[in-house]
Amino acid sequence: MPGVRVDANVGGSDAGMNASSDPGSALLEVRGLSKSFGTLRALQEVDFTLRAGEIHALLGENGAGKSTLIKAVTGVFPRDAGIVRLGGAEVAPRSAKAAVDAGIATVYQEVNLLQNLSVAQNLYLGRQPTRFGLVREAEMRRSAAALLAEFDLHIDVAEPLGSYSVAVQHITAIARAVDQSARVLILDEPTASLDRHEVEILFAVMRKLAQRGIGVIFVTHFLDQVYEICDRITVLRNGRLIGERATAELPRIELIRMMLGRELAETTSERAAAQVRQAGEVCASFADYGKAGYVAPFNLSLRRGEVVGLAGLLGSGRTETARLVFGAERADSGSASVEGKPVRLQSPRDAVAHGFGYCPEERKTEGVIADLTVRENIVLALQAKRGLARPLSRSEQDEIAMRFIRLLDIRPPEPERPIGLLSGGNQQKVLLARWLATSPRLLVLDEPTRGIDVGAHAEIIRLIRELCDDGLALLVISSELDEIVTYSDRVIVLRDRSHIDELEGKAIDVSNILAAIAAAGTAGAEAGQA
Amino acid sequence: MMPRLQRGLPQIIALLVILAIDRAVSPQFFDLRMQDGRLFGSLIDVLNRGAPVALLALGMVLVIATRGIDLSVGAVMAISGAIAASLADAHGLPIALTAALGAGLLCGLWNGFLVAVLGIQPIVATLILMVAGRGVAQLITEGRIVTFTAPDLVWLGNGAVLGVPAPVAIVLGMLIVTGAVVRGSALGLLIEATGGNARASELAGIGTRAMILAVYVWCGLCAALAGVIAAADIMGADANNAGLWLELDAILAVVIGGTSLFGGRFSLVLAMVGALIIQAMNTGILLSGYPPEFNLLVKAAVVLVVLLLQSPRFANAGAMLGRARQ
Repeated sequence: MPGVRVDANVGGSDAGMNASSDPGSALLEVRGLSKSFGTLRALQEVDFTLRAGEIHALLGENGAGKSTLIKAVTGVFPRDAGIVRLGGAEVAPRSAKAAVDAGIATVYQEVNLLQNLSVAQNLYLGRQPTRFGLVREAEMRRSAAALLAEFDLHIDVAEPLGSYSVAVQHITAIARAVDQSARVLILDEPTASLDRHEVEILFAVMRKLAQRGIGVIFVTHFLDQVYEICDRITVLRNGRLIGERATAELPRIELIRMMLGRELAETTSERAAAQVRQAGEVCASFADYGKAGYVAPFNLSLRRGEVVGLAGLLGSGRTETARLVFGAERADSGSASVEGKPVRLQSPRDAVAHGFGYCPEERKTEGVIADLTVRENIVLALQAKRGLARPLSRSEQDEIAMRFIRLLDIRPPEPERPIGLLSGGNQQKVLLARWLATSPRLLVLDEPTRGIDVGAHAEIIRLIRELCDDGLALLVISSELDEIVTYSDRVIVLRDRSHIDELEGKAIDVSNILAAIAAAGTAGAEAGQA
Repeated sequence: MMPRLQRGLPQIIALLVILAIDRAVSPQFFDLRMQDGRLFGSLIDVLNRGAPVALLALGMVLVIATRGIDLSVGAVMAISGAIAASLADAHGLPIALTAALGAGLLCGLWNGFLVAVLGIQPIVATLILMVAGRGVAQLITEGRIVTFTAPDLVWLGNGAVLGVPAPVAIVLGMLIVTGAVVRGSALGLLIEATGGNARASELAGIGTRAMILAVYVWCGLCAALAGVIAAADIMGADANNAGLWLELDAILAVVIGGTSLFGGRFSLVLAMVGALIIQAMNTGILLSGYPPEFNLLVKAAVVLVVLLLQSPRFANAGAMLGRARQ
């Protein structure tokens, strides 16, 4: 009799293993998923397949649709079309909670737990073990400790969650999700704020989960980590599925090409129009300029009449470089000089006083002041530069506003319209006007064409060229490589928050930039042949 | 000019409606008479009684325009009133007034330091002085009601300039000074920009910290002046009750005046109109013979209506309701 019992048990566990860890079976299937926000088509008929027991990277640049896909699958917002099947059965959760109940859990970069409660309380919040209506603290702690021990995490679960590192908080969030019988675990940029050692711990947890047959979706922009841990890769771009590949069969340069959407063949002589411009003398330079944990020290000289492009993947340190140059972040190493004289750039105010201007990437939150009129938005930087005591009279303001509305063809040409009512392209032009009104020597443009329709797009690029011909130094960031190639006299390539390469003159083309991005670090050998 | 006028229209209409109601409950409401070189009458009473709140609102409107708030103004009134009352008889008006206003300046600096330099949320930062300030005032008066007779200080509460009561004249003067500073320089634009989007303003090169510090200092100064007037009016300083809850009236006046608690666009004049609306309600309820407790309920109802009108969600719901009906 005992033998029979043992047999039955073995048989049962075998069956369980087969069902959950068969590498071929699709655990989560997304078919034809579409989602629009107004006129913006954020997702267009995207397919996605996650197998049980695999770690699957979901990659793409800003606006590719990764977050939209996750949120549409987990019911954060409704989908317009498409179906989602979990283990063969169709699911349509209508909220994040419903998704968790169905077996799809998500852990976001910003951990959605309560810092002031203990680790144990966080693990069992809303489902505490109770007796006669009272929470059984001791039992809760015992099972919390046991749960975390499964992930080789041995900590005092009675301490507040906030007293532990971000990595521990992530693992706590994952443990909570897994314990609520998750079959699919979505990790949205979990490693963004972790150091190397913490990443190792998290990866160990992810591998353990995969062995148990859980499907893990890993969203990140650290490509090294993708190659380290992921079995398969799905790439999205502009809301469309670009492809799904096994990691082992996808060279890094091919992956970058999929993400940025460039084919080597079509990039050969795009720079035909590249004018040989006579660069003027250096107007601003930075030596060993950097900030620990933000962007590695770099050397950068900007000459009059020259466009310097910053290229790299999302999170490579492009915006960080721009913010250091403009004083929006304070450097903790190196020195800056303007027209040969050393300067200190402690704040944007200092930078503006030295003739710098900055159009940030986040136009809505960091650029326009939506309630104010076009006129007020245009004169703002000039007024700040002149100081309080020297106000621009209303007629001066009107004159400046009308001059730039005409010069940049801002529509509608109404200076008294609140800027929030203008289209993205026209808002961007107003921000350009804001800085041009200050007669700057250096203008930093972070993704100047992001979210702008095609017509305005070409116009902004034309403006960038004209500005440069007028003797302005320009530092331009763009994810659109062909755009960078079109207007840059020099291109600085960034990767993992450091400046790794510089291309000049004829060397500037998309394939060289792609090669430089892929070349650095572990993939050096691979890119050598590219 | 048209949009400007339209912008103030609801407030002006509200004031006129309330004045008309006042006239209905008290037929002599609009009667004016001249006595001892000073105008008297219910209408003058509204202006005169409204002066402290109007002064508070004058400082508060700038603070709120930067997306801040100052809960401590009532306590600052108590401090400055206590200082002025304690010093007036022995040292004369100039010293008493300088000390009282200096104290207000310091209080404003403290608030501004907490908000602009340390980055503490305004509501919490100024709550500290709201609580502590009344204690400070009680320490100054040693828990008593300090009375004084110095005639020049008393004049600030009861005197008149060309027939206009001194408090009203002081409010007018401060309104003109504030208006000249704020709209005559670029300060107004920069404050509206900072309140509208602080990050964008800083990236446009505006020294947002110094400006936020300055508006809290100005708010403290206005509150101190209000405290002196309130003390002069009753020829004494009562640290327990001077300016009690007036910070709420001041905030209400600003909000009624159309300045959003989310910062940005502000109007000094409409904040004054807001203060008048509140005082006209107070006076009307007193004249009507209803118990003054009603006043609090009426005020609460007005706050609710004003905030509902400003709430985007309410506006959306209204719009959706309208569509649904169609």
